[in-house]
This record gives sequence, structure tokens and C-alpha cells, in this order.
Amino acid sequence: MRYAETGFNLEIDLSHGNIEKVETDPRDTELHLGGLGTNAKILWDRVPPETDPFSPDNLLIFGTGILCGTPAPSANRTIVSTFSPQTGLMAFSMMGGFWAPELKFAGYDKVIIRGKSPDLVYLWINGDKVEIRDASHLRGKGPLEVAELIKKELKDPRVQVAAIGLAGENKVFYSSIEHGRSSASRLGVGAVMGDKGLKAIVVRGKKDVNVAHPEEFMNLCNEVLEYRNFRWENPIKGVPAILAGVGSPQEMALRDEQWHTTSFSWGHARTRRKDFWTEEVEAQWNKIQDTAIVRLISCYNCPNECGALISYPALGTPTYMMKCYSKLTYVMGAMSNDLDFGYRIAGQAQEYGMDGYTNPQVMAFAVELYENGVLTDEDMPGFPPRNPDGSDEDRFFWLLEKIAHREGIGDVLADGVYWAARRIGRGAEEYDHNTTKKHEQMVIKLGMLNPIYYLLYGTGEKANITQIEGQIPQAPLPKELREEFISNWMQIPTGKEERFKQFIMEWGDEDKVFPYYPPVDLVCDLCEWQEIMHYIDDATGICAGMSSFLIKPPYHIHNIPRMVSLGTGMDIDEDELWEIANRNRTLIRAINVRRGMRSKDDEPPVDHWRRRFPDYEAKLKDEYYKFKGWNSDAIPAEQILDELRLDFVARDLKERGILGDGNTEGASETPSEGGSEK
Amino acid sequence: MKKVSLIKINADKCMGCRACEVACSAFHANPKYSSTNPERSRIRVSYDQLNDIYMPVMGGEYTAAECNARYTITVDGKTYDECGFCRASCPSRDLFKDPDSGLPLRCDLCDNLDDGALDEPWCVKWCLNDALTYEEREEEGEEEVKQEELEIGLEALADKFGLDKIVDTIVRMSESKKG
Repeated sequence: MRYAETGFNLEIDLSHGNIEKVETDPRDTELHLGGLGTNAKILWDRVPPETDPFSPDNLLIFGTGILCGTPAPSANRTIVSTFSPQTGLMAFSMMGGFWAPELKFAGYDKVIIRGKSPDLVYLWINGDKVEIRDASHLRGKGPLEVAELIKKELKDPRVQVAAIGLAGENKVFYSSIEHGRSSASRLGVGAVMGDKGLKAIVVRGKKDVNVAHPEEFMNLCNEVLEYRNFRWENPIKGVPAILAGVGSPQEMALRDEQWHTTSFSWGHARTRRKDFWTEEVEAQWNKIQDTAIVRLISCYNCPNECGALISYPALGTPTYMMKCYSKLTYVMGAMSNDLDFGYRIAGQAQEYGMDGYTNPQVMAFAVELYENGVLTDEDMPGFPPRNPDGSDEDRFFWLLEKIAHREGIGDVLADGVYWAARRIGRGAEEYDHNTTKKHEQMVIKLGMLNPIYYLLYGTGEKANITQIEGQIPQAPLPKELREEFISNWMQIPTGKEERFKQFIMEWGDEDKVFPYYPPVDLVCDLCEWQEIMHYIDDATGICAGMSSFLIKPPYHIHNIPRMVSLGTGMDIDEDELWEIANRNRTLIRAINVRRGMRSKDDEPPVDHWRRRFPDYEAKLKDEYYKFKGWNSDAIPAEQILDELRLDFVARDLKERGILGDGNTEGASETPSEGGSEK
Repeated sequence: MKKVSLIKINADKCMGCRACEVACSAFHANPKYSSTNPERSRIRVSYDQLNDIYMPVMGGEYTAAECNARYTITVDGKTYDECGFCRASCPSRDLFKDPDSGLPLRCDLCDNLDDGALDEPWCVKWCLNDALTYEEREEEGEEEVKQEELEIGLEALADKFGLDKIVDTIVRMSESKKG
């Protein structure tokens, strides 16, 4: 018997309507655990690097973390992996909610989609019965509406639905896959689903998920919950409210938006509004938030209330569910002063199925081009004037429609800032200032280079910093709080305790400041710790909001190996879990290297910091590559590949001439077919 | 005097995480905690997310027949599902039935608090938002004779197949075991 995992994947060929239940190889579990790790192994094995993201040969994988469906609190993540039409690289996108556990209860660890359906269909997984069903009546409809219609159609309110909206059907490069309040929204996974003619995957399961050591497993779950309660009642002192607690950023519960509105950049990531958060704004925004939020809601088996049901008469869109920071991304992109605008446009954008992080940036980019005469009324007939209060609210609604429908200028913008800039030409490339690896980054523009974030942003394979960072405060703690902070910091990896505690104690002292503090070797250690914890979560399916994203999380490097061991019956210690995560991380680097990614792509946006130090940055990168066992062009070297039992990767990279002769090819310079050429 | 156990449901505090279902089904697995399956849980959260309806309901009595008339309840402008508050394991729905055997599932207060090992039921323990809370109190009256799990299951089978057929089957089974 297999424990924690079901041991079966569901293979769906949409071109031929073929459905197969396939037993998986337990050795892959030993090497990669599950979730993102085993997703990556499948993509490495089965999708050759020349495959276009919109080719029928591209796979779209819905994976579950290995602990999903067990009682492990907050282990509910669905990990969607494919190749991104926007970057051409491996797409990372994950969502919480209820979908992954339901798939486990239906008897599967993953759904692997290949081919393309000639007509729009949805997949109905009802335990052992799996059907590909007509979805023509759902065409153009939003994910929430689709979910409600399918529940009625199947006469079962307990089915879990992951669906795309109009933007996914139209292959907008940053369209999302939505599921209730959750969404896998980064890097255009919705576009790949749309390209495959798949409107939704509907799941219902009634089988058991087993754990190997029941009593001890349950005791450990209780320990995690007890510590979560302790942390809930004892927020971290000396850090912004949003980083002090437990859960993913508590944007629904918290009303204090001073940190986001005054620290992040507005418009097209250009303007800091350091004086924005006044008493007047605070009172007005609090009122709107209190009216808008009907109930705080959570994901499967998780005590944190990171999401909310949004419903109020003035909304203008149907009731919907929201999480995290999307209430602000549109507000800030449109230079709006009104939180109400944020709720209204986010609801509409979510029903179109668009990434709430990239979408406002693309629209703000279009506004900036228009204001600077690069785009004109000829390109954008009917483009509204600025609102009387100086915001671009009306323009954003106008652009939203154009992009979701791929109409006129919207067809160009739907490919994201990087490709749109190159298609528009006329100097538009100059305005593409906030992308890295062809993808929109966080809208933060700061003064002094932060060496830790330089490496996290630059070398991180993921498109979202919140899926890379965590564990340590983002700025030095006030002196008087440091001692207390380190006094109960048990999350540090074995052997690093003294080093990391000393870092907290001295960081911020007179000469212990950026950019030359921390020393490079410590920067490397801190970066790796942050990143590895995320890769562990991505394999277990534990939410970063109970684990890797947090400072002092309930899940950490000392209890996750026990949780995995007790759940799966494998015997994995701290070092072995670290190695699995590093193996997965390195394999993903290799997948992207095989698709052309190199050191020159490992760069944060040029203006992320005002004060840059090119020589020092080059040194940072070089040292980190050495630390990771990669060569100077960011390619994992044979030695580390062998050590991590990825010798098959080394062989392939050598056969292709990528390893061995200092190849310096760059990432592909053509967008996916079917997008821009449409 | 008899002891009355009370699970209080505050539906306004429910966030729909279904941790109660997880913990309940784990406790009732055989061996204990060895598997999870919300479908086997004796507490289920009925929800209609977009209409702000979150209603945890504990499995109650087994009944062989449906109600004569269904009804809906509207509270604070929210219309709850037909049978939305009902605890019965009944022929009209799949709720509170074992997914494999179809036998009824009833809240057993974690098998009457697991011989003293539990101070509150698992669903309450795992509801960190206090949508579920637990109380015990004394009341006038005599302790009720506890209906065993086996008896509840047999009653359901008897309703379905008739008592005679069950007796025949048990005789046949015991003979074939002896033989």
C-alpha cells in the first residue's frame, strides 16, 4: 500500500479522448517527493525543450502535494506546471483551496493533460469514473459562474471545480486557473488550458487517503496547530503587520495598508506615494472594507482566514471571493484613491480569469505609453480620458475588456509587457522596466541594493517573490527587539543557529548595512534557506502561509521531515529532505537551462534599486552559483547533478552540448505561436 | 441525573475549512487515525459559498423514510438548502452514509470521548475559530441506553433487506466459517 500518496496519476489525451489511470513509480517519490518535484520530473522526461507552450505536446499537469488529503494542517495546494507562453520557461503556479485534497480522495495524485480538444470540453473526475464532457454551454463564462452551473448540472454541491475564464479561452498570456477564492495565476497556465480546449476540471472523491504511522502523525498535527495558536497570539514584533502573523498576507483581515501603499510603487511601478496613508484615507478605506467583506474564509483544513467573501450593493459585479493583495494591485496601478475601485475591478478581472499581479501592470504600462505619445488614439480608438480625480480607473476598465477579449490594442497587451513592448516598437521597449525573465515583477522600487533580494529576485525560478522569500525579517530589527527574537527561534536549520542568530543581532548596526553586509557567504546561506523551504512546501503541498513565507512558521525544517516520514512511511531526516528540495530546485533550473535560460536572464529589473553595484552584483551571482554547484553561466555542473542523483540530466545536457563547452545561448526570442501572431 | 453533552455551532464563525471533517474521519478510521476521508465524517459542512452559507451539521438519527415534505429555511435573507439543517441519515441523500457500505454514520461524540482520552470531540478540538464549542452539563433524568454502532448498522440493513433475510445470511455465514 502507498501512504500519503495514492500512487496513481490520471493521464488525459484531449486529442484522442483517451483516459488512463497509471500507477506511478515509488522511486520518483523517493527522489522528488511529490507536487512540484514530480511534476518537474515528468516535464523533464516527456516535454522536449523545443516544444512550444501551445503545442499539443506540451503537458499541463495538476499535481497535489504529497501531504494533501492527509490531516496535515494547511496541506491543500494544487501545483500546476506546464511551459509558459509568456516566458517559454517552466511555469510555476500554485493554488490553495479544496481541489487537491478532493483529487486525492478521488484516487489520484496528478492529472496530466496532453493534446488539444477540437471543441471546448470539461473533465469530470468522479472517483473511478472519468468523463470528457461538452463545455460549449460554458464558453465565455467566468470561473465562479462555471462552478455554479456545473454543480447544478452534476447535481452535487460538493464537487470541486478549477476553471478558466474568457481570458484563458483567448490565451491571454497571463490568464489564470481559478478555483473559488484560489487561483493558479502566474505565467499563463490558464492560456495553456485554454489552448487545450479545456474549460474546467471537476473533481469529486470518496476514497481514503492513508498515513503510515497514524497515532504519531496525528500528534504531530496537533503540535503544529498548537504552535500556530501560539504564533497567532504572539505576532512578531518590529516587522510590518502584514509579516507579523500567520497565514498568507492577511489582506482581508487587516485594514492597515500603510506599508503597501507607501512602500510599493504606484502606476507603472514608477511613483512612490509616501504621504498617501492619511487619517482621512484610513477612515474611508476601513469603511469600504468593512462593508465589502461579508465573511473571512479559509482553505481546506487550514485555521487561517486569508480569504474573504466580497459582496456589497455598490459592487456592480456579482459576489466573489478574494485573497491577499489583489485588492490593492489595481488601485495602485490605476493611481486610484479608492479601495472600492479595487474591489470592483478585481471581481471582474477574476471572472475573466486574469493574474491580479501582472494585469494591472500591463494596463499601467499601456497608460504610460499613451501619456508619452507612444500609443495614440489611432492605436486605441475610444480610450477614455483620465478621471476627474486624476486616476485611470475608467481607462483600466476599458483596457480590461480589450485585453480579455483580445480586441484591438488588447490583443497586443494580452501578451504581457515584454512582448507587447516589442510588438508596439516605436521605443516602447524603453518602458519595459519591471520585468524579469519576460515576466512582470513586484512593484517595488527602492534605494539601496539589497544583496539578499538581489539573488532571490535574480536567480529565483519562480515569478513571484512571495514564493521565494520568508523566514527572516525584511529589514533589520530594532536593537531592543533582537534578543527576544532570537530567544525562541527554533526554525533555523541545524548547524546554522549561531550564524543566523548573530546576523539578527548585528544586522543594522553601524557598519552592518547593505550592500556589503551580510558578507557574501552569509547572503548565500540565507538565500538558500529561504528558497529551499519553499521548494519543500511545493513538494508537500503545505501552504507557504503556514510555512516558508512566514517568519517563525509552524512548519519548519525540523518538523516537516517527521511529518513526511510519518505520513509516507519513508524515513527522511532533515538533510535528506533538504537534498530532495535541492534536487527539485536544480532539476527545474536544468529544465529552464535546456530551454535556453542563462546567467544573463538571472537579473532583477534594472531600476529595482536606485543604487546598483554592477561589479559586486556580478560577484554575488558568481559566488551563489558556486555555492549551488552551478557553473558561471548558471548551468548546474556535472558534479552537483551526480551528487543529487540527477546524472540523467548531466548526460542530456552534455549530449546537447550545453554542459562542457561554456555554451552561452540566451532564452528564446520568439513568443508562443497563437498569441501575438493571432 | 444524567450527563448532557452539547456541541454548539456558531455558523457565523465557520470559515468553511472542513478541519472538523478531517479530524472526525481520521478518528473513525480503522485503525484509528490511519486514513482520512471527509465522506466518512460524521460532521459535514454544508456550504454555498457565494450566498454566504456555512453550516456544520453533525450526523444524527438513521431514518428509513424520507420526510413527507421537504422544506427550506430563510434566515437573515439567506435561504438554506433543503435538508440544510437536517442531521438524519436518510434515503433522500448521500450525507452521513459510509461511502463503501452505505451504512448510516452518526456522531458518537468520538465514541463517547474515547474512554476519557479526549476532553472534547475532535471536530471541536480542530475548529480553531470556535465555530464549534463543547459543553457538558448535568440534567434531571435517567441515562439513556447507548445504541451500539452495530445495532444502528443492522437496523439500516434490516430496513433494506428485511430481518429474515439478514438472519438467514448470518446463519449461512457462520456455517460457512465453521465448515
